[in-house]
Amino acid sequence: MLLIGGLLFLLLAIVLAAAVMLGAERLPLFDLSEQQRSILYDIRLPRILLGACVGASLAVAGAGLQSLLRNPLAEPYLLGVSNGAALGTMLAFVFFQSLEITRPLLAFAGAGLATVAVYRMAKSRAGMNVERLVLSGVIVTTFLSSVIVMLTTLLDAAKLRSFTFWLLGDLSQATVNGVYLSFGAVIIGTIILMSQARALNLMMVGERDAFDFGVEVGRVRMLVFGASSLVVGAAVAASGSVGYVGLIVPHLVRLIVGSDNRLVVPFSAVAGAIFVVFADTIARTAIAPRELPVGAVTALIGAPLFIYLLRRN
Amino acid sequence: MLEVKDISVGYGERAVLGGVSFELRDGKTIVLLGANGAGKTTLIKALNATLPLTSGDIALDGERLSKISRREIARNIAVVAQENETRFPVTVLEFVLSGRFVHGNAFGWESEADVAFAERALADCDLSGYETRLMNHLSGGERQRVVLARALATGARILLLDEPTANLDLAHQAMMFRLVRERCRSCQASAVVITHDLNLAAEFADEIIMLTDGRIAAKGTPTEVLTAENIKGVFGVNVLLDENPASGNVRVTSVF
Repeated sequence: MLLIGGLLFLLLAIVLAAAVMLGAERLPLFDLSEQQRSILYDIRLPRILLGACVGASLAVAGAGLQSLLRNPLAEPYLLGVSNGAALGTMLAFVFFQSLEITRPLLAFAGAGLATVAVYRMAKSRAGMNVERLVLSGVIVTTFLSSVIVMLTTLLDAAKLRSFTFWLLGDLSQATVNGVYLSFGAVIIGTIILMSQARALNLMMVGERDAFDFGVEVGRVRMLVFGASSLVVGAAVAASGSVGYVGLIVPHLVRLIVGSDNRLVVPFSAVAGAIFVVFADTIARTAIAPRELPVGAVTALIGAPLFIYLLRRN
Repeated sequence: MLEVKDISVGYGERAVLGGVSFELRDGKTIVLLGANGAGKTTLIKALNATLPLTSGDIALDGERLSKISRREIARNIAVVAQENETRFPVTVLEFVLSGRFVHGNAFGWESEADVAFAERALADCDLSGYETRLMNHLSGGERQRVVLARALATGARILLLDEPTANLDLAHQAMMFRLVRERCRSCQASAVVITHDLNLAAEFADEIIMLTDGRIAAKGTPTEVLTAENIKGVFGVNVLLDENPASGNVRVTSVF
């Protein structure tokens, strides 16, 4: 496991270095000119670090939600959690534009409300099955999308374009404050999820089972929902809805390290960071100097894999 | 010791158990018998406080169960439930080790003692060598033994087993009951076991409780309870009774 962890960190370092160097303006790793330094510190580095935080956030949220809901297909984007956060951010953007802090706060609230709504809808007296959960997620996602579209009519043309880009998942608006906020959220969220990892190992088998073996199920559910909403809220407020990260990354991590959440959660954090930084590097360079939204790149990779998973299940 | 005093349990308006009283003394095995829907599983759920009581009381070593924390209950009472399925690739050893949850802290990893408990439980359930196999690749019977191994690995003093032999072959059915009885006698543990096999109940039970429509129809030693009249009353089946020549216990044969 130490070897796998070491290799993951090495891969993260390589991807980060490549992301620093590649772009519309190619940068050397050393001996930067004044202008290159400005590009690196003011634009590229905040964006790369934000990408890493967003990737880690979405991946740990996916890992936690999947174990909690006993469903390998659960994911913040598919469950409507990301759209809840997006709606919260948008409400802050439209109604409290001068108060920037309201964006992550309302994003967090939106993510939390969407999570609870999907959970309530998916749970019946007979329990919860894959189809019901995915269906509830789709319903909440489409409903929230409609509300978001209605709200966009309140925006002027210039804002509308940047907002549409953001909605698809976009890291180009990265700010240093955004990085701090996302970093803080992902550290706190990951620690909370790791503290519940042993309980989640039992929850993966069944809520009743976990309860029988001493897990305080209600408390674990609240902490995992809270931590997921926190990290997804912060990630979405900063970068919009980057889809499929929470689906693919924990799944790939499980293929390598097994299902023990004490490994799956931290390894997903690192692998999620690698995936989004990698995807964003493609988004920045594929059609340079123009850019793709990073969410489009993650979805291009994620959607086929999701179909493959659905068929295999 | 678990004391059950005149308990009633219901789902919403519907009463499922009523006026049930008995004592589970240390070292003893109680077998619950009854037709489908008689309230056996509900009673097991009530015994580890999964379901709230509508009236009556259950006491663990003299302390009311409703006053004891979830972790403390799980330290003392282990359950083998009917259904266990996971969509995640969990290995047998990981699954059994998860039974040690209440003995560790949140961030921690299992100690060597935890692993030793798990290995011994696996060996007891005839599962040595299965450690790295995946749960969802096992047969129903193998999975059932792993679930039992996890309950044994907890080190709990009271075992509640809901049809633990349902998917097991003949040899493993006897192994399971023998294991539970040995546990009860050697470690002063005790067990409540649900089964539909009257002959296994006759061989291994210290006491049998027959439930019908959520009430106790008969209670006592196998010889006292397994009478033609009781069995006819509870299951609606005519039986012949004689003595098992190997063990000297009562033997039940259905008459079709």
